[in-house]
Amino acid sequence: MSRKVNLRIWRGDAKEGKLEDVSVEANEGEVVLDVIHRVQGTQMPDLAVRWNCKAGKCGSCSVEINGKPRLACMTRMNTFADDETITVTPLRAFPVIRDLVADVSFNYRKAMEVPSFAPPEDLKPGEYRMAQVDVERSQEFRKCIECFLCQDTCHVIRDHEENKRSFAGPRFFIRIAELDMHPLDRLRNRKQKAQEEHGLGMCNITKCCTEVCPEHIQITDNAIIPMKERVVDVKYDPIQWLGSRIRKREGIS
Amino acid sequence: MAIGVFSATRATIEQRTLRTDRWWLQPLITVAVLVLFIIYATFRALENEYYFAGPLLSPFYSPCLSTICIEGAAHFGAPIGSVTIFGLLISPALFILLFPLGFRLTCYYYRKAYYRSFWMSPPACAVAEPHSKYTGETRAPLILQNGHRWFFYAGLVLNVILTYDAIIAFKNPEGEWGHMSVGTLVLWLNATMLWLYSASCHTCRHTIGGRLRNFSKHPIRYKMWSWVSVLNHRHPTFAWISLFVVAFTDFYVRLVASGSINNLYFF
Repeated sequence: MSRKVNLRIWRGDAKEGKLEDVSVEANEGEVVLDVIHRVQGTQMPDLAVRWNCKAGKCGSCSVEINGKPRLACMTRMNTFADDETITVTPLRAFPVIRDLVADVSFNYRKAMEVPSFAPPEDLKPGEYRMAQVDVERSQEFRKCIECFLCQDTCHVIRDHEENKRSFAGPRFFIRIAELDMHPLDRLRNRKQKAQEEHGLGMCNITKCCTEVCPEHIQITDNAIIPMKERVVDVKYDPIQWLGSRIRKREGIS
Repeated sequence: MAIGVFSATRATIEQRTLRTDRWWLQPLITVAVLVLFIIYATFRALENEYYFAGPLLSPFYSPCLSTICIEGAAHFGAPIGSVTIFGLLISPALFILLFPLGFRLTCYYYRKAYYRSFWMSPPACAVAEPHSKYTGETRAPLILQNGHRWFFYAGLVLNVILTYDAIIAFKNPEGEWGHMSVGTLVLWLNATMLWLYSASCHTCRHTIGGRLRNFSKHPIRYKMWSWVSVLNHRHPTFAWISLFVVAFTDFYVRLVASGSINNLYFF
């Protein structure tokens, strides 16, 4: 069964733009991305929208739907009331390129600033042996599809452009946590770097990143807060610090 | 100068948010509940009366460590003596409440709650905050949030003392063991909820095993970490319930101590 739905789609570029109203058919079982494609095919042939897998696994179709950062391909049309006008805009934390497409290259620059996995020098690929129990914490963070909805909703950069210089954002805090919790990673200063170079201290744990994550990664509880506690171990807890000096280890082996 | 979502390179949208749900409701409720609690707790801390009805001692005044404590309430002596400022006697509750107050103020869950509701940073997800600058917890005073674990340790000591209070609530007003009243149940409920709040704390989770890199080398700590992780999912729930219960416990003791109600004994 199909019905008419009202959409307000943001059209424009970096210089100017506005919300444009459009009415379009929506069929049973469809998602917002289907309807946007129908608008593109019937009324706005030059509408720019980024998409790829249509299965919630590529992270391409991130937009804001009724003000909330969402994947367009995972937002079902039957979650909206029949008379509801659905507003679709590009991600508002990043520069807009055109229509629903935002420039998310900030995230790729931040990704390059995170030191990569540093295994023991005497181990070659294929020789890694780890207990499942030791890697499963890190595995949760590997579910990330890099949709950057967490980055988009994070008020540290969404509301303060100037913080983009010093703040990596939740997506990269889970990357740092993943590596710092990895049993074979030998780089021992990830905590200090997280605080001093990636801006972990700027996070005030309001958990919006967790709320919008389409993979339901517990970003705040399982990555950011544990990393904050690890920073406390090495920077703000003299007893832990003394223990690490005496035992010549970080207290996390 | 345009900032945040109104910056020059972002999509030009006039509204601070396009959310259509009632995003303002949760912060509003949080403010209302916390303000009511602060008013009640401040009144009770300064009242300096009706906090002991043997053997029931209000959690706001436990341990009572001052010479001005009501007779029988100072279970651990009076090491603080009596303190006066500008001629005013300082209520013994003020020395104690600093610790649970610090624990809750620096708690990761409450931080989320009051940063959103009181400081509106942000008021809700994807709702632009009203501040022009933001440095988070990198500078004084908010860098002190990193002291949460010290308040956690102090909170554990207080939990032990409140459990002791609950145990001696099995006495009757004459000091004989083997009795149980409604007050006994209330004090046990209070101690239990405070233990659950502490045990579900993120710092507890980290201390007990979260800081390890190799769980397989520490199977007992891993098991304990797993249990605490289950509780940790419910930390916000325990945070609110323990807050209500501690206020209710004090209120109950006040009613008994002021003679408004009798503490009903089952046996």
